[in-house]
Amino acid sequence: MTESTSQAPSRRSLLGWGGAGLALGAAAAGGAAAVARTGDEPRSDAGAAVEFHGPHQAGIATPVQDRLHFAAFDVTTEDRAAFVELLKEWTVAARRMTAGRAVGDGAYGGPAEAPPDDTGEALGLKPSRLTLTVGFGPSLFGRFGLAGQRPDALVELPKFAGDNLDRDRSGGDLCVQACADDPQVAVHAIRNLARIGFGRVVVRWSQLGFGKTSSTTPDAQTPRNLFGFKDGTRNISGTEKDRLEKFVWAGEKDGPAWMAGGSYLVARRIRMHIETWDRTSLQEQEDIFGRDKGEGAPVGKAKERDEPFLKAMKPDAHVRLAHPDTNAGATILRRGYSFTDGTDGLGRLDAGLFFLAFQRDPRTGFIPIQRSLARDSLNEYIQHVGSAVFAVPPGVRDQDDWWGRTLFSEEA
Amino acid sequence: MRSAGPAGLSLVTAVATAAVLAAVSGCTEKGAGDDDRVVTVTATDDSCEVSTKEFPAGHVELAIENKGSKVTEVYILFPDDRVVTERENIGPGTKQRVTAEVKPGDYRIACKPGMRGKGIRQDVRATGGKAAQRDPRLDKAVAAYRAYVQAQADETLPKAREFAKAVEDGDVEAAKKAYAPSRIGWERTEPVAESFGDIDPKVDVREDGLEDGQDPATDWTGWHRLEKALWQDGKIGDREKELAGRLITDLEDWQKRVGTADITPTSMANGAKELLDEVATGKVTGEEERYSHTDLVDFKANVEGAETSYALLQPVARENDPALVKELDRQFAALGTLLDRYRPDTTSYDFVSYDKVGKADRKELSDAVNALAEPLSRLAAAVAK
Repeated sequence: MTESTSQAPSRRSLLGWGGAGLALGAAAAGGAAAVARTGDEPRSDAGAAVEFHGPHQAGIATPVQDRLHFAAFDVTTEDRAAFVELLKEWTVAARRMTAGRAVGDGAYGGPAEAPPDDTGEALGLKPSRLTLTVGFGPSLFGRFGLAGQRPDALVELPKFAGDNLDRDRSGGDLCVQACADDPQVAVHAIRNLARIGFGRVVVRWSQLGFGKTSSTTPDAQTPRNLFGFKDGTRNISGTEKDRLEKFVWAGEKDGPAWMAGGSYLVARRIRMHIETWDRTSLQEQEDIFGRDKGEGAPVGKAKERDEPFLKAMKPDAHVRLAHPDTNAGATILRRGYSFTDGTDGLGRLDAGLFFLAFQRDPRTGFIPIQRSLARDSLNEYIQHVGSAVFAVPPGVRDQDDWWGRTLFSEEA
Repeated sequence: MRSAGPAGLSLVTAVATAAVLAAVSGCTEKGAGDDDRVVTVTATDDSCEVSTKEFPAGHVELAIENKGSKVTEVYILFPDDRVVTERENIGPGTKQRVTAEVKPGDYRIACKPGMRGKGIRQDVRATGGKAAQRDPRLDKAVAAYRAYVQAQADETLPKAREFAKAVEDGDVEAAKKAYAPSRIGWERTEPVAESFGDIDPKVDVREDGLEDGQDPATDWTGWHRLEKALWQDGKIGDREKELAGRLITDLEDWQKRVGTADITPTSMANGAKELLDEVATGKVTGEEERYSHTDLVDFKANVEGAETSYALLQPVARENDPALVKELDRQFAALGTLLDRYRPDTTSYDFVSYDKVGKADRKELSDAVNALAEPLSRLAAAVAK
């Protein structure tokens, strides 16, 4: 690995990839510098815009951005038309924001007596590959006469061993996932959507993620989680069309028709007991994951991407239990982020992994995998404290389309 | 729906833009016939002389000379204080020229020596054609609101005296009972009351609102000081009796001066929004009445005050932004219905004690406040169009 160029390494690179050889530059510099980066993601300009329109929503197969602001909302209006209007207004705002433009008439220059349409903190910032991805929770289908449209795949998640779920950090009638390379761009997007939503939806809970823990880009360095390990090496990549079709996108035959091209999102707030983990010996840490800490190679192998030999691992090793071969082929697209929400009042970091996974059907995706992980030796160091599941509708096709049209038009 | 597009451009912006354009291109000398379009403004540290109080509507030019010792600003203002045009940073001994396009009507020219305060003002008139008067419905709204504000003060005083008497009598129970009702009129009109900067800190400050260097033992006065004595300490001493008397003196001052408050359609609309801000920051959190837990009484009064302003502005707002009016009607009604759940009798102001309102219920109240406050923040623009 070469350490070239005169540019300082980006903070992101230092944080994310540690001693594995420093990938330099372009992320922090706004992406203009073309730097030879072995092992770094061949991602597009970190400041560029990601296309909002398409058959699938952006923010799923899109190369994972560095930052996250995720918000779950509850619906407060009883008026179906008002809710549909909100989805349309949100779509218009999202189309503008993902293109790097301000909401409505902008943040200044409008009537002096009125608050500006846009809140302004993203002025002058690049689009930062912002993606906004909307999902509908099971509880939404108890409203607006939508019960008959609820997909069979949109099941409430069962209680898993070790769950200690906080109601106030779980569920939600709908969600918006905002991912961007600049955290302020992601926060700006959620803030403005929440503002547009007042009177129709309210934020139920929200989560900031400061560092990606997964990659959907082939040949990219797998980012490390807060335990210092690479995890999710064999994640589905955004270019693996066949695996996306097989494991991520809801197909036309899966039903209901309005979900064709959509996906299902499982969100889990996983608290990590950082302090006790840090007192754990290296050998035990590596045994728990089933990988070595430096390279990330599976037990007995030399390279991260070497095919793991599961039987060489301890029976309760994380990689072994999560691997498709252990779970009848179950495969999900992971897109999680590390979080640290201050401290917990006992002198410990309130930190962990905000796990996000997209899949064609949670019943053959997250649920069997998570059941398998009941025996995971990692469980001593983690606790699932928040949980939600959403049906992610297909993409907004063009300028006239809007989020959720296939659901609300078909049913109307 | 958030208003969008150039239709939202307000009169103020339009006029100000015209003024800026005129200023940019206005460097050429005017012909002799334009002399009556030049108003000479002579500013000193304590005066603001104008050469004429009437000029033809249309293009007008202020020839300003600062003969004072302080840097000054000069404004042309609408009668309700909206700015037509302004020039800042006019140094001592310097001259400046400002131009504007004005419609026929009444205006004020204001000089602000030291660039502070409301300035020294002269009433002027742009003549000719039909006077561009403010929508008479708005003048009526302002007049009606002024009467409302005065009535609230007038009705508050007897209730406050009842409260003060109970304190002076050393009757803790009677004082507790009279406390919340004595505050309703104040809370309904709080933005106007607060515009008298010297009265609010005397009557409605909380202990944490005292300024640096103020001693709670000697400098904390008003309702909340007595609230703490009644509910937390449960006793009335000589100091409390003295403070009860002082509260009445200060409220009488308010009653006397409230009629002179500067009220405009814009300030009414912004005041309505500010009342909801009061609810959002002080009442929903239970901070305002932390000892008596009578927050919902204040909450209701704040909302009533906001609704009164809104109702008076509604006819004009409906013409300019019917969707906004529809949404405000809906959200005022929703919040009213929600609040009624916390009082057994909807004709009385006996609300549930706020310490009995759980977290989920407080969130529901907060959501309803947000749902109303967001559209309410757009009312001012809808009446200023």
